[in-house]
Amino acid sequence: MMDDEPILIEGRNLRFAYAEGQPEVVRGATVRVERGRLSAVVGANGSGKSTLIRLLAGLLKPSAGEVLLGGVPLARVAAKERARRVAYVPQGVSTVFPFTALEVVLTGRSPYTTRFRFETARDLDAARAALAAVDAAHLEARPVTELSGGERQLVALARALAQEPECLLLDEPSAALDLKHRAGLIRHLRRLRDTQGMTALVVTHDLTLLDPDFDRVYAVRLGEVAAEGPPAEVLRDEVLAEVYGDEHVRARRAFGRTFVWSEV
Amino acid sequence: MKGTGELSLNLKSKIKNLNSPAAGVRLRRALLLLSVLLLASTLLALWVGYQRLDLAALWVDEGAQQIFFRLRLPRVLMAGVVGASLGLVGAALQAMFRNPLAEPLTLGVSGGGALGASVAIAFGAGAKVAGLPFVFVAAFAGACLSVVVVYRLARTGATVLPGALLLAGVVVNTVAAAGVVVIQYFADYSRALQILRWTIGSLDVVGFDLIWRMLVFLVPGWVVLLLLARDLHLLAVDEETAQSLGVNVKRSERLVYVSASLIVGVTVAVGGTIGFVGLIVPHAVRLLFGEDVRVVMPCSFVLGAAFLMLADAVARTVLGAGELPVGAITALAGGPVFLWLLRRQQRYTAM
Repeated sequence: MMDDEPILIEGRNLRFAYAEGQPEVVRGATVRVERGRLSAVVGANGSGKSTLIRLLAGLLKPSAGEVLLGGVPLARVAAKERARRVAYVPQGVSTVFPFTALEVVLTGRSPYTTRFRFETARDLDAARAALAAVDAAHLEARPVTELSGGERQLVALARALAQEPECLLLDEPSAALDLKHRAGLIRHLRRLRDTQGMTALVVTHDLTLLDPDFDRVYAVRLGEVAAEGPPAEVLRDEVLAEVYGDEHVRARRAFGRTFVWSEV
Repeated sequence: MKGTGELSLNLKSKIKNLNSPAAGVRLRRALLLLSVLLLASTLLALWVGYQRLDLAALWVDEGAQQIFFRLRLPRVLMAGVVGASLGLVGAALQAMFRNPLAEPLTLGVSGGGALGASVAIAFGAGAKVAGLPFVFVAAFAGACLSVVVVYRLARTGATVLPGALLLAGVVVNTVAAAGVVVIQYFADYSRALQILRWTIGSLDVVGFDLIWRMLVFLVPGWVVLLLLARDLHLLAVDEETAQSLGVNVKRSERLVYVSASLIVGVTVAVGGTIGFVGLIVPHAVRLLFGEDVRVVMPCSFVLGAAFLMLADAVARTVLGAGELPVGAITALAGGPVFLWLLRRQQRYTAM
């Protein structure tokens, strides 16, 4: 059966440029995201990480190569069907209108309704459950425009969970978060994986948060996957020096995790 | 005045009840409330005027019947149709541009439409292109052109700069207004006068013919926008998220441009530039019934009709014998609202 396919999302030799004649941002990247795994995409600024995850989410169309969802080319999956299976989480909720957190989360139910119907009580329950799953039930009635960056990020994650997807694709979810909220976010993702078998792929600069909680790391350099493997394998001086083009990067194990920094 | 105090308190708690989390319930209650308001506004607008409506005379006096059915009723209907259109378009544009200050006037759509319409009048407004009144087609083309120009100017990569959007709108309006003046200058005398009378803007209408002809254009535009309410709701929350939820962003945006241009073009061609209805009305709806665009759009449609009927009633009566352009009334009411919103929206001070 298709749903037992161990590879949930696969990008094959993906290529992409934002405009014709401009340099390619993604140049032949191949990524195979296994079902039920928590994976990370890391790499220097401008290495094509965010573009890669947008390609996998179907927000951008590759100029060459293809994305497969459960073995089926994404181009052949209807947008609504795709939205029920893959949820994309941007860096927060950007709206200027004071929608309540619940209203934002409820938009995650739209793949399950038609344009002529409003959400049902079942949708409302799903939205509230999603907020509760990220410990944000208390934000329900608050306007998102008044929330902190960390709270907005939780609302964005809850919105994605309300889609009841098989896979979460998160673009630098921790960029605006402080230490506590960064760790909290990883804890939520870990719990979702362990309790619901959720698959997640996270673009991140937080290399120290990867080992041991993540299952797999894809290190992107110049639009290609330069290294991949379990965090302990990728987070090594010589690999990171190559990926970041910086011989000052250090990775050291202590207290059961791998700390990564660049010498000043 | 103890009674009214209680009444307003009662109304307030009623409005609180409208804040139910289920948007469908909220929309039903809001539409019920607004329909009552619309009915009351219609009756009031029909009643007031240069001569107050005399029900007894209406039964017997043919002159009074003429005034009522050929002048008063069509005019009130026209105000309703134009107001509903502008309210709906304002709500849609605000959601699509994620900009609470967007509306046909501030985005230059009205200006473009006005330029198109004056070109048409200068070359003979009666002319028909493929059976359509030329002035509607020209106003539609002008409105379309200005939407595209404003949008292109404000869009950089993936984001639309909110400040740049409004500035581009101002510039397009100014250029279009200059164009109208130039055309007036070169047009022959009678047509120049026609343009001048039309630019002042009025909802004056005799009989129902013109209203039917407008509706042929407006109804499809209304329907398309209302069908897009859910997409626009998702777009108002976040464009990328909307796309990931299955919204065909490019297609929805194009449909909104075309429908908004069509609606604004036709209303401008008939009534001139009537500003700020598309700003005040959706904001009033939001304050009363919440942010959900699927609620805001249909409610703005109904409240827009009621609002312009009342504004036009004021325009017809405030001078006694004379008449103010209704655009002056809406601008006087809307300008301060715009400034208040601008002040509240601190982020617009920086581009």
